[in-house]
Amino acid sequence: MSRETTVNLLLALLLLGAPLVAAGMGEPFYVTLATRVVVLALAAVGLNLALGSGGLLSFGHAAFFGLGGYVAGILATHAFNGEPLFAGIPATTSMPLIWIAAVAVAGLIALPIGAISLRTSGVYFIMITLAFAQMIYYFAISWPAYGGEDGLSMSVRNAFPGVNTAKPLPYFLICYAALMAALLLFRVVEGSRFGSALQAARQNGIRLAAVGIAPFNIRLVAFAASAMITGFAGALYADLNRFVGPSMLSWHMSGELIVLIILGGKGRLFGPVAGAMIFVVFEYVLGGITERWQFFLGLILLGIVLFARGGLLGLLSGKPRHV
Amino acid sequence: MSEPVLEIRDLRKSFGALKATDGVSLELRPGQIHALIGPNGAGKSTLIHQIAGSLKADSGSIRFLGEDISGLDMAARARLGLARSFQISSLAQEFSALRNVMLAVQARQGSSFRFFRQVTSDRDLTEPAMAMLERVDLAARAHVPAAELSHGERRQLEIAIALALSPKAFLFDEPMAGMGPEGSKRLTSFLDGLRHEAPMLLVEHDMDAVFALADRISVLVYGRIIATGTVDEIRSDPDVRRAYLGEAA
Repeated sequence: MSRETTVNLLLALLLLGAPLVAAGMGEPFYVTLATRVVVLALAAVGLNLALGSGGLLSFGHAAFFGLGGYVAGILATHAFNGEPLFAGIPATTSMPLIWIAAVAVAGLIALPIGAISLRTSGVYFIMITLAFAQMIYYFAISWPAYGGEDGLSMSVRNAFPGVNTAKPLPYFLICYAALMAALLLFRVVEGSRFGSALQAARQNGIRLAAVGIAPFNIRLVAFAASAMITGFAGALYADLNRFVGPSMLSWHMSGELIVLIILGGKGRLFGPVAGAMIFVVFEYVLGGITERWQFFLGLILLGIVLFARGGLLGLLSGKPRHV
Repeated sequence: MSEPVLEIRDLRKSFGALKATDGVSLELRPGQIHALIGPNGAGKSTLIHQIAGSLKADSGSIRFLGEDISGLDMAARARLGLARSFQISSLAQEFSALRNVMLAVQARQGSSFRFFRQVTSDRDLTEPAMAMLERVDLAARAHVPAAELSHGERRQLEIAIALALSPKAFLFDEPMAGMGPEGSKRLTSFLDGLRHEAPMLLVEHDMDAVFALADRISVLVYGRIIATGTVDEIRSDPDVRRAYLGEAA
């Protein structure tokens, strides 16, 4: 077992064990905090596929996170009011159905956004993904039917068959299982032919084209898949907070997801997990001491970018190897 | 004589006032090594870029296996069987030598939209890739990242990748560059054997290699072909001697 695998396993166990202990000690707040880590990590796993594997610095992934959240919020609101969604399609409070809808919407919106954005690269790609996300953000703000600037509150958490989702621990376990499934998928895809082509597109797009694989197609599929995972996380996040608002769509959120990945280790399987753990712990611990906790997070980020490009996982487990 | 594999007609490309390619016509026939020589800045690499599809020509046509490929992008041309090497090695630096070749094997086998089977344990990829590395004497370095290979090894790896595509034609842009006399000699005899797999358009500055290998030579000066012929014809052409070969020939 490589050192990185050991570190990954320990992180996974820590993330599972801590809320179990907290629940046992009757501290549901910490379970919810851990759920926040898990959901943010899942969103960042999605971005990591585009950014880490594919080298696509999307500054607009909040769009997909927020879309996933709004799908959950809108479906739940309609279902609660007993109204059909539109054209007689019934709304639902079933999480599995909501997830499918969130993933589908994120993917469908990501395809045209990706198809246009991927014609550019570098700074232009960053700016155009940001622009698309801001368009969706302002659309959400100006659409009063679903709360506009105030967002949408959900009076109860959506339902999962056989699980009492209102309790923090069962909901944590659902999110944890989703994260582990996404990590497994990420791992498998990265080692596949598609993953090879995607990583080659990041390292050297010309080389990839020279052997006959068009980098654009590979990147577009990766971008959409990445958006779908982040959209899934958005639906879970809405249910976690029983609220969805435009802040989920804002560029702060996009930046936060990037920061998570840089903190944890770009392109590494558990980078998003490590990043989300640091981020949420900082937000909670330092946030309790000073309102200016983000200043200190900034310092840490600066240190990592200057001295530890591999992020926390790089520090713990050394250089990655491609065999 | 049989139909040309690659046929270029009146190709033109300007960068501002500079005519980098000025009405170039060229044919590459089966079984041939066609060398393209000329002084620095003559437009040799620009021409290779246009044939491979990484640069778009202003006008003129490029036919490959009887089909006009002018409108195709680089990847589509590669899929038709046009394999190139780069003047400056262009590899996936983090990948091992083996995985660089596996990428070409994967491309040749068809779709890259396969998401589950792991490449490192996929013998349909590893075995043909290893065989290519053996052909260029690089098997012992198969698991070394491309970034850690020596300059000469990277040149060998570029050739292995081109071979793995089972191409219908090779475009080699200065494969000997920076190789040293021993390496050049070995590569020369290796390329000599390749002409029967696929014809080759070879840009090269190493005149010993060119004269040893070429069936035909075209001389490019200021974007124009000033002479095309056999080795002997080119060596004795007075224009060529004046423009390029000087006393070396």
